[in-house]
Amino acid sequence: MSGEGLTVRDLRVTFDGFTAVDGVDLDIRPGDLRFLIGPNGAGKTTLVDAVTGLVKATGSVRFGGQDLLGKPVQKIARLGIGRTFQTASIFEELTVLQNLDIAAGAGRGVWTMLRRRKDIPEPVARALETTGLTELRDRPAGVLAHGQKQWLEIGMLLVQDVKLLLLDEPVAGMSHEERDATGELLRRVSEDHTVVVIEHDMDFMRSFARSVSVLHAGKVLSEGTVAEVQADAKVQEVYLGRASEPEPEATPTTPVAVTEEA
Amino acid sequence: MTTTTTTPPSTVTPPSTPLLNRFRVPAGFALGAVLLLGIAPVALSDFRLSLLAKYLCYAIVAVGVSLAWGRGGLMVLGQGVFLGLGGYAMAMHLKLTDAAANGEKLPDFMQLYGSGDALPWWWKPFANPGFALAMTVLLPMAVAAVLGFLVFRRRVKGAYFAILSQALAAALSIWLVGQQATTGGTNGLTDIQGFFGYSLDDPVNQRMVYFVIAAVLLLLMALARQLFVSRYGELLVAVRDSEERVRFLGYNPANIKLVAYVVAAGMAGLAGALFVPAVGIISPALIGIVPSIGFVIGAAVGGRASLVGAVLGAVAVAWAQSTLSDEFPAAWTYLQGLLFVLAVGFLPGGLASLGVVLRRRRTRTGTPATGETA
Repeated sequence: MSGEGLTVRDLRVTFDGFTAVDGVDLDIRPGDLRFLIGPNGAGKTTLVDAVTGLVKATGSVRFGGQDLLGKPVQKIARLGIGRTFQTASIFEELTVLQNLDIAAGAGRGVWTMLRRRKDIPEPVARALETTGLTELRDRPAGVLAHGQKQWLEIGMLLVQDVKLLLLDEPVAGMSHEERDATGELLRRVSEDHTVVVIEHDMDFMRSFARSVSVLHAGKVLSEGTVAEVQADAKVQEVYLGRASEPEPEATPTTPVAVTEEA
Repeated sequence: MTTTTTTPPSTVTPPSTPLLNRFRVPAGFALGAVLLLGIAPVALSDFRLSLLAKYLCYAIVAVGVSLAWGRGGLMVLGQGVFLGLGGYAMAMHLKLTDAAANGEKLPDFMQLYGSGDALPWWWKPFANPGFALAMTVLLPMAVAAVLGFLVFRRRVKGAYFAILSQALAAALSIWLVGQQATTGGTNGLTDIQGFFGYSLDDPVNQRMVYFVIAAVLLLLMALARQLFVSRYGELLVAVRDSEERVRFLGYNPANIKLVAYVVAAGMAGLAGALFVPAVGIISPALIGIVPSIGFVIGAAVGGRASLVGAVLGAVAVAWAQSTLSDEFPAAWTYLQGLLFVLAVGFLPGGLASLGVVLRRRRTRTGTPATGETA
């Protein structure tokens, strides 16, 4: 098992008196495929923002023997934590290959930077393979399909050589086939990385999560395997109280035959 | 204003037809060299050629603008500062050698307005040609480095950066006006006679200055082109389009932008240094807010992300300015503003992108849904 674990203790994030994250403790073991679920406003994204240095927080976030709080974004990234955003944020003007090459390049020397890229670096070639984008490598990233954009983002994290991936709703807006492909991709990635996924899609969570944390109102409500969390009365209460959220038990798990395409 | 550009100009050279691409760029450079060094000196009169020399100085500024603004998204509205620093550094040296040639201790304007017969201490090192030449480039770069370091670190960007850089141009020209005894004030440093021992009154030497300027322009275009296609150039575009994302990849965008800003400042400084022998004067009016805006208009009209577009745009706008402002002095400023708004608002890629825009429009009307999903 590889990757690096993440230990969060008593994390608090406050915006103008509103406490978005209210004393969260998390232990994510190396090689875990952890899903963070919870209703809107539960503090999932804010938690990831705090870990990656985007918002100020108190408490402690330990990763690879270092406390992350107070470090600037790019330092945390270089320690081996990569993240994606709810909206795909790739460089649309650049090609798939250029996107990956840039992601692979933090820490390149001046001389390398000032020269043209001659060939495809080994990690970039591997990421193209893993994400299935080899054929599309010379296309501008902006023309990729929605799912492919998300895979490119995950590929960028892989070449960035991160040990921990934090993915914010990676399958939102994807077709069923794309979801399954993404799930398989995450499973492959989690063989040698630690992966944390924020997700609303309960089917997706049930199919691929190795462990789950449920957040509610800035606190960890429940934690465990998928089965344990689903059996938790507190979780049922939170989800049943909200009609807009899909109910964990009720949704069918069998793949739907009709796809959104064609 | 950079923030409003939702569709940034296309900057990525398509990877198709590599054979054609391999010859396109050297062929373009060769064509440019033939036009500038071969045809123009033969075809143009001395007067026209000296005007072209001046326009090419603006084109050199535009090369830097293309890098900083076109690729880096930094709306550099204060390039006059750097052109001014380079120009004054050069002019100070030339004034000192002129004075020495006439057997005088002080440049002419200091004898008129100066407070004593001693040269100000900060003029003294500029008597050395090596020092003065180095300063024409290093001084602007140093100022840009300090300024950029402070500004980019605090994440000042977009319109705020543009206004800040413009304020600096205003500040420098106002300061220069106030220092008549040591900088020539409003008049600036004028009536420059010689250029490293050559009389600038001699048309042959004026042509030589033209050749130097044209060669420097081509050289800097080659340098900029290398930066554009390098990994740094790709990264710079990435910073322009999504600075936050670049930060999450482990880079510090402030440093990436700083390099582009400093290089652009060095280019503007060199342009200023060459402007002085070409035109024979440097003054606050040439480096203040209005000319600073003028420097980016050419690049905007021609196509700021395209090197050739920016250079041609700079030359064309400079030519239009000197032609039209003679005939319609009052209207030119409005026309200039209009050009700028039109280019930035409606054709962010400038005229260089016109072909692409038209082609895209044609395909859009032809086949309604292209391969874009999501």
